[in-house]
Amino acid sequence: MSILVDKDTRVVVQGITGREGAFHTEQMIAYGTKVVAGVTPGKGGGWGVGNVPIFDTVREAIDATGANTSIIYVPARFAPDAIVEAADAGLELIVCITEGIPVLDMLRVRDYLDHLGVRLIGPNCPGVITPGEAKVGIMPGHIHTRGHVGIVSRSGTLTYEVVYALTSRGIGQSTAVGIGGDPISGTSFVDVLRLFENDPETRQVVMIGEIGGNDEEQAAEFIATKMSKPVTAFIAGQTAPPGRRMGHAGAIISGGRGTAADKIAALKQAGVRVARHPGEIAEMVAELL
Amino acid sequence: MKLHEYQAKRIFSQYGIPIPEGDVATSSAEARAVAERLGRPVVVKAQVLVGGRGKAGGIRLAHSPAEAEEVAAAILAMEIKGLKVRKVLVDAAADIRKELYLGAVLDRARRRVVLMAASQGGVDIEEVAARNPEQIIQAVTDPCLGLKEYQIRELGAGIGLAREQMPAFTHICQGLFRAFWENDAELAEINPLVVQGDGSLLAVDAKMVLDDNALYRHPDLAALRDPDEESPAEREARLSGLSYIRLDGQIGCMVNGAGLAMATMDIIKLYGGEPANFLDIGGGAQSERVAAALRIILSDPRVRVVLINIFGGITRCDEVARGILQAMKEVDAQVPMVVRLVGTNEVAGRALLAEAQVITAQTLPEAAQLAVALAYGEVRSP
Repeated sequence: MSILVDKDTRVVVQGITGREGAFHTEQMIAYGTKVVAGVTPGKGGGWGVGNVPIFDTVREAIDATGANTSIIYVPARFAPDAIVEAADAGLELIVCITEGIPVLDMLRVRDYLDHLGVRLIGPNCPGVITPGEAKVGIMPGHIHTRGHVGIVSRSGTLTYEVVYALTSRGIGQSTAVGIGGDPISGTSFVDVLRLFENDPETRQVVMIGEIGGNDEEQAAEFIATKMSKPVTAFIAGQTAPPGRRMGHAGAIISGGRGTAADKIAALKQAGVRVARHPGEIAEMVAELL
Repeated sequence: MKLHEYQAKRIFSQYGIPIPEGDVATSSAEARAVAERLGRPVVVKAQVLVGGRGKAGGIRLAHSPAEAEEVAAAILAMEIKGLKVRKVLVDAAADIRKELYLGAVLDRARRRVVLMAASQGGVDIEEVAARNPEQIIQAVTDPCLGLKEYQIRELGAGIGLAREQMPAFTHICQGLFRAFWENDAELAEINPLVVQGDGSLLAVDAKMVLDDNALYRHPDLAALRDPDEESPAEREARLSGLSYIRLDGQIGCMVNGAGLAMATMDIIKLYGGEPANFLDIGGGAQSERVAAALRIILSDPRVRVVLINIFGGITRCDEVARGILQAMKEVDAQVPMVVRLVGTNEVAGRALLAEAQVITAQTLPEAAQLAVALAYGEVRSP
């Protein structure tokens, strides 16, 4: 067990012939992920990297290969269409790596996905990895190791940093999920925490948040009322000034809300141990082993 | 991207929202000409992209063209929160009986566009929200259905509008909502929306913040970007695809990834230092990007030390180290640099840097303490 992806995950890559798509498809295959199809409109019938068959549409790809999960690398202006295509074709899980999708597009797309009951991870995220089974994303696979710590994060490299520190101490991960740094995304902290709470392989969880929005506060509420497994957290952006977006479109303190101080207070109130810097996270996790 | 008041007013006007007669001026003579043309008392308003213009003295009433010229000269000589005033808006003064608030905003938590109205306008709406949240009436709109008329009636009733004002209010709400969606705004705000002596409604101020990610489909709006509102360093960063925000401290930061960049700033503060900037160079850390980032950081004369914090994942640390060394050759840095490399091939990466006499650190706390010690001579224990 693990969450979201495993050795049975059959991946279709939307945007497989693009530079990013091709590069990361090779990386995913090298990690052992079952990449069964690629989609690039107009290039159906051809073959992509790793001899993956290419189709014009997601529906054709599913019919021919039994794909059940999509990963999207198409440019921002085409990504909303790609997400909806994957959802309409009946996929259970869609991972969107693309950065820079207009927020009002995501507002409508997310609303549509909610009606269909399809799960989207991202956009603007590093994806999902279950170490040793499947990597559906752009994270460096080799820094991960199989184990019992679930990881959920709004950030990319900060997550790799924490994973690397855990692996260096011999502490493995069950699944690591990057939910992305956009103001509106497909999956929240609470969604992933619920999955980890119900996953027998996960024994404790690391949650990496940042300024902006109130997803962390909602997570704190969920942890306090619904979770039995211990959670260790870190919130980036304690020194960020209000009104400026810190790289991620979602990382902005506006109207005095979304500050790191508020999030840390809410998490501590919920009994979550909050690290002062990323290096402390692995230490705190180790204490619980 | 934030728009100036006069730019937002022009957009609102296209959607049928009544705005005061007026025009923008870049000199006191132009301001006088506008006032003469209007033939009424005017309000002269500094056009800078910061809040608190009124408190800073950047909004003043003038009763005659001569006074408008004088007031405009004074405002055009001002700097508000570090931004030089280069333009003023000269608007016909309104006959203000009551000030209301009306704004369309993206509510992240609910994933909906919300239209908000308040009977108390002209003040900071965030203060109203904090102190008297019950005074703010909200219409949460559905992405498919949009703004319904009943919602507008609820807003109007909630802020105590007279029945005679409802047709005009309805028109303004619908215009504002359309202006929000059709221009990919994150915020579209009229504060205050004024009730005049004759009962008419007028948008006396206007604010619009646009989604940068959507500007590709609004080239006309993208062209409204005011180059004077961006520092040269911020401009270079934007054009090089780097995310850079200048702050007030002394320790320059170069990091890959937004979350890690924020965490790096935080740990500098934890050890008693102050970050000079936020800078995310993105994945990869190729030498050209590192060089551009280094130039941008060093253009800030307050920087006493540069802290480079890179996680090498798919791009290995030895490749990153070569990129950093190449960039250091191109950019002549007069301040010490501390590099912390972690991830794939980190030992090889650090060895390359150490050979070149670059100060390296293994952990983030160690790097932060080194940088703080170099910048200030002492480290605070957290």
